[in-house]
Amino acid sequence: MAVRRNQRKPKYTTDLQLPGSFAGETVTRRRFMTGSAHAAGGVTVAAFTLPALGFALGPLFQKQDVRWETVGFPDDFPNDNYVPKVITVTPDTGEAGKSTVYVRARNPSLDKDPINQYNRFIAISTRCAHLGCPVRWVPASERFICPCHGGVYDLQGSRTGGPPVRPLDRFATRMLNGMVQVGPRYSVNSELKPFSPRDPGEALDGIGQYVYPSRPTTRKLPGL
Amino acid sequence: MAKLPAPSLPPALVPQPPKPGTGEGDGKVQRAEAAKSVVDWVDERTSLSGGMRWMLFRKVPKGNWAYTLGSAAMFAFMAQAVTGIFLAMYYDPSAVHAYESVRYLTNEAFLGQFVRGMHKWGSSVMVVLVFLHMARTFFFGAYKYPRELTWVIGVVLLILTMVMSFTGYLLPFDQRSYWATIVGVNTSVGGAPFLGPYLADFLRAGPEFGATTLPRFYAIHMLLIPGLMAAMIGFHLYLVAKLGITAPPGSKAHPNPDLRKSEA
Repeated sequence: MAVRRNQRKPKYTTDLQLPGSFAGETVTRRRFMTGSAHAAGGVTVAAFTLPALGFALGPLFQKQDVRWETVGFPDDFPNDNYVPKVITVTPDTGEAGKSTVYVRARNPSLDKDPINQYNRFIAISTRCAHLGCPVRWVPASERFICPCHGGVYDLQGSRTGGPPVRPLDRFATRMLNGMVQVGPRYSVNSELKPFSPRDPGEALDGIGQYVYPSRPTTRKLPGL
Repeated sequence: MAKLPAPSLPPALVPQPPKPGTGEGDGKVQRAEAAKSVVDWVDERTSLSGGMRWMLFRKVPKGNWAYTLGSAAMFAFMAQAVTGIFLAMYYDPSAVHAYESVRYLTNEAFLGQFVRGMHKWGSSVMVVLVFLHMARTFFFGAYKYPRELTWVIGVVLLILTMVMSFTGYLLPFDQRSYWATIVGVNTSVGGAPFLGPYLADFLRAGPEFGATTLPRFYAIHMLLIPGLMAAMIGFHLYLVAKLGITAPPGSKAHPNPDLRKSEA
């Protein structure tokens, strides 16, 4: 009872004259058993693959805790020069998790971006927006200078020279019990408009904010 | 169409005729002889000798030393695997103990500096050999039909080799490897449009380089990628044996005159 290849297979098993077939049955028992075996194998593999995959991908969706760290009294910070402060960016990694931030008070004649509860003090990240090298503040020239590839930023943190693709990142600041606190990092585009934190090398002007999307692990503070 | 004669077996594998006096119909004697050595015993149950013969005694064109680059790259991979396994016996992939464990295995463990040196320099050797092997394949035109899939798998192996170099660089956990990895994740991985930032978060296990980043790199470096590479190398080799290798460009064919005669 060889079925020729160019012939359409009959729809009903009764047409194949299989023993035990009944009217209206469309799936042969052999096909049913094959499908069941494949489905059982698929369920078994999924049972250990999906949890393992979720376990590996979990950190992609896990929001990092918002940390605030006290850095000093408001009077410690002038509005025309920066004071370096060391804060912990990633806990539990020792010295490697610490980072320097440059803090100053807001200067109304300089800082024209809209004021909100998180930018009464300006805290500039030292991570260069080119490749992430540590920049340093040179008071004599009023510039942030990166030692690696010559990135230069002005007092606002805006790029004035070299390869960086956006201004230096900032940290949110707030007042609590009369002390200045530094909180989560955020990125700014060349007009100093705040965005969710990006990694170095990721442009934010034009289509940059869509090419390098914001990530679920770290978002801009609401109200910034 | 005349068939090419089968490649001759090495003397050890040529079946011996039965010794005179051992009767043809005597099944007992033949069975006893069939299992007279361990190799025969295994082969009777696995038929592996056919596969070995297919793999090792196949016809190849007269090549040159450039044809050994693929094997050289594979032996470099094997050296990395062996030295890596033994380095793993001393290495501790935690942010607190990694540097100290590397210092111990380098300075105090017997032959530690030598084995670590083999692994460290061997990684560069492997990258160089893989590139030379690729250049040989390219300039000899060996990627053309029917060997395109071999080339594609080779490219995947090249990328996996690079991933191995990248993930391995972090493991000594000194200042250089730490900062090189931060810059590498920022630029090579995070700099890729659209998916890059998410891939960087996956590698770092979060938005910043944290305490779980190092174990993650270690698992990728010693379990995930080597397994993939071993499987890919096996498939690559199977295709090489299955499709045969190309003669160097400019080499002349010398057909067997008997074959010509029978075609006429």
